[in-house]
Amino acid sequence: MMTLQSAKLAAGAIPAGEPVLEMRGISQIFPGVKALDRVDIALYPGKVTALIGENGAGKSTLVKILTGIYRPNEGEILIDGKAASFANAQDAIDAGVTAIHQETVLFDELTVGENIFLGHAPRTRLGLIDWRTINERSRDLMKALESDIDPTTKLKDFSIAQRHLVAIARALSVDARIVIMDEPTAALSRKEIDDLFRIVEGLKRQGKAILFISHKFDELYEIADNYAVFRDGRMVGSGVLKDTPQDEIVRQMVGRDVHDVFPKTEAVIGAPVLSVRGYSHETEFRDISFDLRKGEILGVYGLIGAGRSELCQSIFGITRPKSGTLELESREITIRDTSDAIAAGIVYVPEERGRHGLALELPIYQNMSLPSLIRTSVSGFLKAANELKLARRFAERLDLRAAALSVPVGTLSGGNQQKVVIGKWLATSPKVIILDEPTKGIDIGSKAAVHGFISELASEGLSIIMISSELPEILGMSDRVLVMREGLQAGIFERESLTAETLVRAATGNA
Amino acid sequence: MQNLLKNREILLALIIIGMILSFTTRAPNFASPASLANIFNDTSILIILALGQMVVILTKSIDLSVAANLAFTGMAVAMLDSTYPGMPLALLVLVAIAIGAALGAINGFLVWALQIPPIVVTLGTLTIYRGMSFVLSSGAWVNAHQMQPDFLGVPRLPVLGLPILSWVAIAVILLIGFILARTPFGRSAYAAGGNPVAAIYAGIDVGRARFLAFVLSGALAGLSGYLWVSRYAVAYVDIAAGFELDSVAACVIGGISIAGGIGTVIGTVLGALFLGVIKNALPVIGISPFAQMAISGIVIVLAVVFNARAERKKGRIILRDRAARTEGAA
Repeated sequence: MMTLQSAKLAAGAIPAGEPVLEMRGISQIFPGVKALDRVDIALYPGKVTALIGENGAGKSTLVKILTGIYRPNEGEILIDGKAASFANAQDAIDAGVTAIHQETVLFDELTVGENIFLGHAPRTRLGLIDWRTINERSRDLMKALESDIDPTTKLKDFSIAQRHLVAIARALSVDARIVIMDEPTAALSRKEIDDLFRIVEGLKRQGKAILFISHKFDELYEIADNYAVFRDGRMVGSGVLKDTPQDEIVRQMVGRDVHDVFPKTEAVIGAPVLSVRGYSHETEFRDISFDLRKGEILGVYGLIGAGRSELCQSIFGITRPKSGTLELESREITIRDTSDAIAAGIVYVPEERGRHGLALELPIYQNMSLPSLIRTSVSGFLKAANELKLARRFAERLDLRAAALSVPVGTLSGGNQQKVVIGKWLATSPKVIILDEPTKGIDIGSKAAVHGFISELASEGLSIIMISSELPEILGMSDRVLVMREGLQAGIFERESLTAETLVRAATGNA
Repeated sequence: MQNLLKNREILLALIIIGMILSFTTRAPNFASPASLANIFNDTSILIILALGQMVVILTKSIDLSVAANLAFTGMAVAMLDSTYPGMPLALLVLVAIAIGAALGAINGFLVWALQIPPIVVTLGTLTIYRGMSFVLSSGAWVNAHQMQPDFLGVPRLPVLGLPILSWVAIAVILLIGFILARTPFGRSAYAAGGNPVAAIYAGIDVGRARFLAFVLSGALAGLSGYLWVSRYAVAYVDIAAGFELDSVAACVIGGISIAGGIGTVIGTVLGALFLGVIKNALPVIGISPFAQMAISGIVIVLAVVFNARAERKKGRIILRDRAARTEGAA
């Protein structure tokens, strides 16, 4: 096991120079969580600094501090060596910081041009918004990204990848000295990534300092000069990226060897349980066909916005497909709504636990019994004792850590909340369980527990569809992987032939 | 999509025209220019109030206190006029706008600084402003004979064939259209309601945008207070009782999303005119006032259903050939 000290020593020292922006001893505390713990980081002019870390390591928190959304509890931010404080987003913009945020924070009902220039619209001499300049400059910015999107079209008519381009154009429209890019490539195809990197090189030449966040190591090595690794809210290593081998960085990032995290057990894979044939939707996906077999974990990989969740939500009956058939255990079934799916034995654990998976104010046991109320009720009336019994059974099985089953779910940690959601669905005795980003926002310790549990379910004969954007998770857990690209099926890969490269190539396309 | 929105307003305009034409089969004079001008004049105050309401709704808020604001301001300027007959009319109108804006600022402040939901704030101030109107007047009426001829007469003066009241409404329509299209505040109102989180990321102060929307709505309610008292030549505590709901209804019919961020000036004006046409037509064709309320109610519910259908999410756009103009990004 590496110690922090040796990790720091192993990395090459960053060449001296005056940083444009420096953060010293920054801590951000939320109720119950220390999201950032005395973090130091410096950004240099003309350099790209890669910010590396798992989900929940504190990267997005750092971005939100730098853009004035959060105010840190401790520490100071220096710009050109002078202390700066951002009371709100406008202050950060005024100080020369611009950001491409991970979740595209844009406005559907506004046009592309309005989105790009909102908050810093060019004015006419009378102080009014200057539409002509907005649309001209928007067109130029989009052209630099090799896209001839019409700036007067409303944003809601564009795809996810196009929206990302608009978000990038928005960040570039500000004449900033510090550009933050939080997973800018997550939804982009290879060609769009190349365009973006050309722009990043241009920004470097102009002497801008860039903070670049990505999970994709090949991209980081391609574009970044320096790096900083975060783990559990602390900075655990930094240096010159070229001088640091990838496995060294992975070790700093994870804090242990990687295969520990994916305790995949071999499961006996049986006959097809769910057969999807030619599933198509008006705008979201087309011609998806696959078989899911008994005891199998089918990974579903793709860029953000490739249509993976949309496909699974359609199988679960949230939306209805335009065409295509579904067979469950060789019998054709029609799913009109979610209750049909649950009755047939197909359940879905959504990506956003808080918003779609749980009633956070309700106690654990009531959340767990929610889809099983018919079975726990006595002559049509709720019976708390039965609900508790059911909850206790699954809490034990899932090793749920909670003070009592009567406490609100909202008081639990992310990992334990996820156990409640999974337990709630297991209580319905499903045949197929769809897990949408099952370990998103969960700390590493609980992650291993969730993975172990998923493996166990598969070995008990449950069929699992697992959507994940994390390559290690997909590679470590899946028996087969379905890759989607822009709503289309880009391929199905067997476990034997799984490599990171093939999956990424299939997901981004090689245009 | 933009076309659909435009179509929506064209559709509403066509419905209004269709209604007017069908009413002429029962009352042939209904579509005469004089009658139409009269309907517009009659709807002017509603248009003004609804436009203020629209700006508030755009920011994902609601102002239920506009009618109470109108009643208080109307009472205040009527009493000023009867007590100080020498006060020039222009000053009285400015006072009305200022009082209205101040009452609106109270709403906006409570929403902004104390983060109380707008519906709760304005439900409270609705009662307070009515109560203030009672305290101010001790429940007494100000009648026509106590008011100055100017105070009553100016809004009725015809200019180019339309009374000044109508011209005021037209001016407000142009003003709000201009504010929304060409000022940073207008843009931030759409942004604050359309996606408050993204607005914060864009450096927009959502609370401030809401505050300004309430001030604008209040100022227009104040102006309407004077116009109302002048038009009906009487001021008492209960004037315009329930009128706040008409202003919301005009917005809803006009396609303003109650969820915020969507809506146009033209839509709101058409929504108000729709209500105005019904209100003017039903007595002409002999339908009782009680049926009128029911009919208005049905129309509002239908409009909400129609809006909800139009706003329903049609799914994300993922397939490349379903997105708008993609050649460049391909």
